[in-house]
Amino acid sequence: MLLMLLLAALLAAPWIVNDYLLTVLIVILYFAYTGQAWNIMMGFAGQLSLGHAIYVGLGAYVAAVLFTRFGIAPWLGFLAAIPVTAACGAVIGFLAFRFGVAGVYFAILTIAFAEFARIGFDHLDIVNASAGLFLPVAQYAHNDLWRLRGSPTMFYYVMLAAALAAFMLCRALLNSRMGYFWLAIREDEQAARAAGINTFRYKMYAVMISAAVTSFAGVFYAFFYNNLFPEQVFNISRSIEMILGPVIGGIGTLFGPVLGAFVLTGLAESVNSAMLALGFDLPGAKQVFYGICLLLVVVALPEGVWPWLARRIGVAEDKP
Amino acid sequence: MPLDVYLNVAAAGVLTGLVYGLMALGLSVIFGVIRVVNFAHGEMMSIAMYLAVVLFAGLHLDPLVMLVPIAAVMFAFGYALQAGLINPFVTRPEHSQFLLVVAIALIIVNVLLIIFGPDARSVQTSYAYDSFALGPVIVDASKAYAAAAAIVFTVALFAFFRFTLVGKAIRACADNYTGALVVGLNVRRLYALTFGIGAACVGAAGAMMTLIVDVTPLIGPSYTLLAFVIVITGGLGSMPGALIGGILIGVTEAMAGLLFTPSAKSMFAFAILVVVLLFRPQGILGRRLT
Repeated sequence: MLLMLLLAALLAAPWIVNDYLLTVLIVILYFAYTGQAWNIMMGFAGQLSLGHAIYVGLGAYVAAVLFTRFGIAPWLGFLAAIPVTAACGAVIGFLAFRFGVAGVYFAILTIAFAEFARIGFDHLDIVNASAGLFLPVAQYAHNDLWRLRGSPTMFYYVMLAAALAAFMLCRALLNSRMGYFWLAIREDEQAARAAGINTFRYKMYAVMISAAVTSFAGVFYAFFYNNLFPEQVFNISRSIEMILGPVIGGIGTLFGPVLGAFVLTGLAESVNSAMLALGFDLPGAKQVFYGICLLLVVVALPEGVWPWLARRIGVAEDKP
Repeated sequence: MPLDVYLNVAAAGVLTGLVYGLMALGLSVIFGVIRVVNFAHGEMMSIAMYLAVVLFAGLHLDPLVMLVPIAAVMFAFGYALQAGLINPFVTRPEHSQFLLVVAIALIIVNVLLIIFGPDARSVQTSYAYDSFALGPVIVDASKAYAAAAAIVFTVALFAFFRFTLVGKAIRACADNYTGALVVGLNVRRLYALTFGIGAACVGAAGAMMTLIVDVTPLIGPSYTLLAFVIVITGGLGSMPGALIGGILIGVTEAMAGLLFTPSAKSMFAFAILVVVLLFRPQGILGRRLT
């Protein structure tokens, strides 16, 4: 019931809110989506990735290069980005899981790869290196869904659909055989292996699926912002922003990433507006705020806001 | 290119690498004892660098002279951080600790950004352009002083862990947490001390780094990563490993800057990390991973 109301509100939103709020909503849905994608790896399979910006960046660059060089539509670009990002995830996973690089070392390896990609793309002439890649700016009068050129309202619905699809996908994954294997690996990898689960294979699946899902966020990023700089899209703070939603909302839950994205971006934008209204303009204040939120949640609600809230309002997800 | 160019660049790499090594040593000590991954390591170094820059700009105090006071301030910072925030997390899951430190790092970077703005700052000492000639090799004076200070600091640290009672007690905590509790060591306090020592290392390294590179608020994360690359390359929990890793990475970066382009140099550090993980996952001097 509550869910239906929320969905109806989200569907009607473009008619109600102004342009600024619509952009905020797009950002929220974007983070709900990426949070969901990241959650597959960390929340389900227990593999901490701090370099998810690499999949966003690769997805963005694959789609943008195909579009600007060959006029190939972004949806086909997404189809091309899936194998590219999945392969990238597979390489990282293979390097780590084969040699018992686990936990935080795995996280550091993922950051190292994202940084590697950032510096690499900064020197890669085919994507204009550090000068950045620009997409022809859209004509707002005419929405072209197939080529993703159009008004913010169209982008809003695309992101809403994507966030819903990611939610459904994660729900399906969590209830699948593989989902149960992942949870077993997350809880106790040795026990999972002893029970006959091929932990290497299922951890690889988790990385590859998470990478492929994340790549769509990159495609969206490229076509929504119309510009790509390695320094921005692969930046380590992108990876951190991406994980804040699910961490604050609740790692491993379905509603956590969604709730986290709403709470965090909503609060951050309110703080931002309040500061602007008071005449402060401090770059970095938003990040300090993110940091404090993360700190408070990690200290006070280590499980995240959603499990706590769900117990409060009595709709706790039945944990498989 | 003639051979002495390579020699010069390699020498500069070794000297920078020694400072890197001291920075990484701090990380290695913290991880080796507390088992908490200090993801705010580079950020702590940038605090020390700003301290050095501000002291130099305001009072004309040389970073090398200020090395000990800055290390002491960072020691207090590290001690307070561990005692106040991190200690309750020692028994929590790994990712929980990690996210806590990520939050601290995020706050440090952006508070520095708010205070100092995004522009690069540097220290212009009177000896900034001096150099020594050692046969065919010309050595930058700043780098030589920084490296010498790094060696002194490292030797002092080794001596502390080997010969003092507190140093031995800290090593006991690292070897066996429960055992240390059983024999009545105050593990909480020793952990805070350890974190303080790690922070002092990175503080001293930061003071010296101002002689070598400019500081901006945003350099923190890349140095955190560099410290990890060094520690993993050298061998987890191995103190000499951190130094050797530092020198290796320093020389690699310098050579990459010479042969390719300076802005791409950290790619080669990551390449080394990948090679090490592939062929010798325990690191150069590390014990075998289980």
